[in-house]
Amino acid sequence: MLDVFIFATLNGLVTGLLLFMLASGLTLIFSMMGVLNFAHASFYMLGAYFAYSISLYFGFWTGLIFAPLIVGVLGAFVERYGLRRVHQAGHVAELVFTFGLAFLIEEAVQFFWGPGTKNYQQPELLDFPLFTLFGQEFPAYRGFMIGISITIFIGLYYLLTRSRIGIIIQAAITHPKTVANLGHNVPLIFMGVFGVGTALAGVAGVIAGPVLTTFPGMAVVLGSIVFVIVVIGGLGSLAGAFIASLLIGLLQSYAIASDVGVPDLLNLLGLEFARDHPLTDLWTMTLPQIAPILPFLLLVLVLIFRPTGLLGKREQ
Amino acid sequence: MLEVADLHAYYGKSHILQGVSFQVQEGEIVSLLGRNGVGRSTTIKTIMGEVEPHGSIRFKGEEIAGKKSFEIANLGIGYVPENRDIFPTLTVRQNLQLGLKSMRQEGRWNLEEVFSMFPNLAERADVVGGVLSGGEQQMLCMCRTLMGDPDMIMIDEPTEGLAPKIVAQVANLLQEIAKRGVAILLVEQKLNIALKISHRLYVMGHGQVIYEGTPDSLMQADAVRAEWLEV
Ligand SMILES: Nc1ncnc2c1ncn2[C@@H]1O[C@H](COP(=O)(O)OP(=O)(O)O)[C@@H](O)[C@H]1O
Ligand SMILES: [Mg+2]
Repeated sequence: MLDVFIFATLNGLVTGLLLFMLASGLTLIFSMMGVLNFAHASFYMLGAYFAYSISLYFGFWTGLIFAPLIVGVLGAFVERYGLRRVHQAGHVAELVFTFGLAFLIEEAVQFFWGPGTKNYQQPELLDFPLFTLFGQEFPAYRGFMIGISITIFIGLYYLLTRSRIGIIIQAAITHPKTVANLGHNVPLIFMGVFGVGTALAGVAGVIAGPVLTTFPGMAVVLGSIVFVIVVIGGLGSLAGAFIASLLIGLLQSYAIASDVGVPDLLNLLGLEFARDHPLTDLWTMTLPQIAPILPFLLLVLVLIFRPTGLLGKREQ
Repeated sequence: MLEVADLHAYYGKSHILQGVSFQVQEGEIVSLLGRNGVGRSTTIKTIMGEVEPHGSIRFKGEEIAGKKSFEIANLGIGYVPENRDIFPTLTVRQNLQLGLKSMRQEGRWNLEEVFSMFPNLAERADVVGGVLSGGEQQMLCMCRTLMGDPDMIMIDEPTEGLAPKIVAQVANLLQEIAKRGVAILLVEQKLNIALKISHRLYVMGHGQVIYEGTPDSLMQADAVRAEWLEV
């Protein structure tokens, strides 16, 4: 029991941190532009594919460095020559633009890399068990994922709260005009934040690609969960996104690891159920089967009981 | 230093500035007076590029109409808006740092100096701006602009809603700023500090400048004061 719990927690942590790497950028970009970037997870996918291609020639580590850089530059380019132009036409136009971009990227990925799954592998250097507990191995690569995520978040936290540029970014999000009047080039700052946000998504893609498989549907799979996270956390709240990411990561991981089915739960409550009931399929579901829809169940609950999200502020 | 000539500005279809012209010389304190709603704030917002200008605005000989706000700020114009929008969640020190245009800036003002001029701000350097009093926020807002070392600052109704003692402090600070060679364009509704510290003044009415003079001449011009300034 304890071994299951420990490994489920570690795996949940891996997923949660990965989700936050996407959710943090998405939230920052939302705070700046007031628009949810539907193409955000597409940059995550591009990160994985670029890293895969680079790794074929130069190895995993080169990909880890250069793929996010390329994705970040691409993101900045999209902001400068795409979103910024569409911005004048209003939020709906921006939404449609990011939606279209997501499709475009998916099609482009299929065109250049094909529809199949890519054999993107974790580096040999990390292909060993980090530790063995209760006879079960925890892969070093997962430990590396946890380490790199935490390192990046600590760096970003200091950049955002302690450095001059971080202070300017914080101020520009809420008071763009005032910041411009003090002589700062706000559009350039926004482009930079967009670039860094998409680069972060790229990093997530690079490190997740070998574990979650690199295929053209990977953006959609993770993207929808990331949206759920930013809404659950409270739109625009980084801390909220962090909590929601870990919550969903852990919740899913526990659900998958648990061997419990709905009948067991019902029995626990002293309820019996009939085998020939028309809803038998529903009664006999197991938690691992429910795991993929857990984020959405949680979303519904949050929207019912706390529509602004966990740490979201009410609109004035 | 600043020459505004035949400046027009619009909010949607309403024609707010209808040919405003005035100048500010180097090191001068110039007041722009007038009743509420005559277009004084719009005038400085238009100079700052927040409202689209039609007409000519020259600063240090260069045409700045059509430039972006941050470019205008970087040419040396500081702007202290009337709503005192300090950043409430950032500390006093961080608010001041925001005014710096670069890390290595060597200007007329620095953090230590601002703190020694305003012990109040120094004491609360690491407190968030949101908890300061109205007067302290006004000082913080002015000091933040000074950190960017402007050659001219435009201040919109700095004494609005402040106690008389603090109004006197604001007046002293403005004179101190001018002594260091920074020109000041002061927007006011009330006459008290404008008459005391201005070298020259303009009175606006309905989107145009209707009077230009000195504090002394305005004191003589009873008709202008009665029609355009007093309630
Ligand atoms: N954002 C705005 N949109 C529309 N009209 C405005 C706006 N701001 C000011 N006005 C109008 O422009 C006129 C001049 O305003 P303003 O420049 O603020 O005057 P002042 O600063 O002299 O009190 C007023 O009639 C005001 O109602
Ligand atoms: Mg005004």
